[in-house]
Amino acid sequence: MAVAPRRPRVRRWPIVGDPPYDGSRIPERVPTILDVPPHLEDSEDVFRINFGPNHPSTHGVLRLIVDLDGEEVVGLSAVIGYLHTGFEKTMETKTYWKCVTYPERIDYVGYQNNELVFVLAVEQLLRLEVPEKATWMRMLLCELNRIHSHLVYLGTSALELGAISMFWYCFREREMILDLFELVTGQRMHTRYFQVGGLAEDIPEGFYPECRKFVEWFPHALGDYLQLLDRNEIWLERTKGVGPLSAHDAIALGQTGPNLRASGVDWDLRREQPYLAYDQVDFRVPVYPEGDVYARYRVRMDEMAESNRIVRQCLDRIERMDGWPWIADDRKVVLPPREELHTSMESLIHHFKIVTEGFRVPEGEIYVAIESPRGEAGCYLVSDGGPKPWRVHFRSPSFVALEATPTCARDGLIADLIAIVGSLDAVMGDTDR
Amino acid sequence: MSAWEDAPGFVSLREGPEMPTVTIEAGQIREACLFARDELGFDMCVDVVATDYLEWGGKGVAGYIGTASGRDLNAPAAQGLQTLPALKPKRFSVSYHLLALRQGAPRVRLQAWVDDGEPVPSVVAVWPTCDWHEREQFDLMGIRFEGHPNLERLLMEEDWEGHPLRKDYPIGGEPVRFSEET
Repeated sequence: MAVAPRRPRVRRWPIVGDPPYDGSRIPERVPTILDVPPHLEDSEDVFRINFGPNHPSTHGVLRLIVDLDGEEVVGLSAVIGYLHTGFEKTMETKTYWKCVTYPERIDYVGYQNNELVFVLAVEQLLRLEVPEKATWMRMLLCELNRIHSHLVYLGTSALELGAISMFWYCFREREMILDLFELVTGQRMHTRYFQVGGLAEDIPEGFYPECRKFVEWFPHALGDYLQLLDRNEIWLERTKGVGPLSAHDAIALGQTGPNLRASGVDWDLRREQPYLAYDQVDFRVPVYPEGDVYARYRVRMDEMAESNRIVRQCLDRIERMDGWPWIADDRKVVLPPREELHTSMESLIHHFKIVTEGFRVPEGEIYVAIESPRGEAGCYLVSDGGPKPWRVHFRSPSFVALEATPTCARDGLIADLIAIVGSLDAVMGDTDR
Repeated sequence: MSAWEDAPGFVSLREGPEMPTVTIEAGQIREACLFARDELGFDMCVDVVATDYLEWGGKGVAGYIGTASGRDLNAPAAQGLQTLPALKPKRFSVSYHLLALRQGAPRVRLQAWVDDGEPVPSVVAVWPTCDWHEREQFDLMGIRFEGHPNLERLLMEEDWEGHPLRKDYPIGGEPVRFSEET
């Protein structure tokens, strides 16, 4: 007997727990600039300093103009653009298959995810079916990349608060992930392994046992981190209650990803708008309502454990896909197999056409969003029907995360500012593009 | 989605593979955004992006050799398009990608069309996150957002000339400072 589908539970404003404060803390005049309060404007006690652009704790070249009254932050504005390299303009002059190398250099810590969002956008315009094996492998690599990105966050932001040993431990596991990437793609970072249509090459045999070793080991490493930090008095003092951001402010400021979930909003694109095969794996979305630096740290810690679970499930599936195709079989888009070039004239022509002229993408515009380690990474793509994109735009989560700095740092201390900037986890390459 | 027909400044609605595109008269984009946020529950503006359609379809159609402007057929990918793309109403499009935080993650793209120098009302008062998004599009594409509290360059230097993402911005060269002074 058929079971009637359950009525979907309509969720609106999925907010968990009590907000850390009532009302709004977003600066009134300009949302991203904290102005010095009028009674301090003429005060000689207010001291303006440049925090950055070359400061070790700004994760790149971020310049914060900070007005200090003693140790208290009374004014703040961020200056970005020091790492602007014009990726969007450059991509307009390259054919699509050459463009794939650019997005991963935009967010150079979450590179697999950025590569994925561009490839997905092109595939959607082409209406190209991707083989199952490629989908699962993409998911596996993206989750490994998420762990990698969170490890870099954890190591560096703990280092900035004085916990230097965390940095070495995190980079130990990060190294293991980079070795896995090297094993699969030949590159440690900026792998360019995702191709329009699937993967650039088949998965090497030795990958499965090595990846399994990592998956078995990683929960122990995560336990180590928790032991080092979670009962560490200094770490708790420096993070709990620091840099609060309420759910309403976070939504108004467009925050996504771990920053949004740490403000108590139960929202993850992997679950709400499943792409790849996320609807076929089991994972939990961690949410913490406190909205402070500690909550952002907890969300990322829990996410790493969940990502590890997803990697395990992907491995179980891919191991049974031996011999399956890893790239689509559309000769107008995908390069023909190398060995065919010696025997088939058509393959040679296709190869030549794709390499010299590139493949043509039907006219249209599209916006594709995925859940990158930093939040919603989006790619807006306009095609005029030619072999080069007419316009590419990346919605970068770091760019938006930095907009929340003045709201979080309001009424805080200069020392807290370092914890806050670290916890928002902005990558400057992603911010400036 | 017929609810959109009540939106202020509504022009047309086009379904897309990932989200519908609602064209709005540029002058009323702020009211339309308020309508989307308060009436239709689009809580979040994820992105604001402008596109320059100057010389859109100017490559001509493939198979037609030579154009009035003298196409360089030796340049890669200069063989023209297979079909001419549909014409656009004005030079620039400004797209607002909205997201509703509820089941199914509904999205919509509000689109306004403007010519060079034509202002677009700022929506910073609706969504504070648009502050930097609008500044970026002003900086790189030269869209004037009217009523923005702090419309300055964001990514380029303050004294930069031109808007680099425009199609008529020269590529391959940039002025080198102090090179002409001795």
